[in-house]
Amino acid sequence: MMSVLVMTITVTLLSVGLFFFFSATVGFLRFPDVYTRMHAVGKGDTLALLLCVTGLALYNLFDNCCWYGFVQSVKLLSIAVFWFLASPTATHALLRSAFESGVTPWTKDGTVILDKTETEVRT
Amino acid sequence: MQNFFLGVALTMCFFILLCLYRAVWGPTVFDRVIGAGFVGTKTAILLLLIGFIYRRIDMFVDLALVYSILNFISTLIVSRYFIKKGVHVHS
Repeated sequence: MMSVLVMTITVTLLSVGLFFFFSATVGFLRFPDVYTRMHAVGKGDTLALLLCVTGLALYNLFDNCCWYGFVQSVKLLSIAVFWFLASPTATHALLRSAFESGVTPWTKDGTVILDKTETEVRT
Repeated sequence: MQNFFLGVALTMCFFILLCLYRAVWGPTVFDRVIGAGFVGTKTAILLLLIGFIYRRIDMFVDLALVYSILNFISTLIVSRYFIKKGVHVHS
């Protein structure tokens, strides 16, 4: 009974995580700009990895039910916690790098809303 | 359950191939960096799934942790490099 419940929760979490990976991939391929692509990837990536790793940790906790399996599940959750902190940091650093390098944002009618054509070199 | 993990891993490989289009032919340098980071995240999940398929999760969980840390650090280093150096934009 418990094993069927755990399997159902694991399959649900992995499928939802795979759906978020799919939507992030579609956004990454279809969006017109660096900033919008970064928006799609930075959010969908984080949530999908969190869901997948949570499902795998739950499955591992009930698959080998001992002290060693508990330690492995804590390690799996530490991947999720680390990536939940690291992915917004990496996205923010990359976006700031693109902004200071002079990549102009996309607009619908093609007007330039940010006149920053020459690159700024910081020492 | 192993077959389900195998199916999830194969679907993840397909998404990696889709992402690789933008990572190779991206219009700017930053698209390529984002694509490399996205492929690295999916590869961490793929390593965990391979560990569950072969029942050696005690080894593959450390590999996935190190892989995600290296992915984060490489993205930070590349973004610092382009802030200092600047990039030539063709738009």
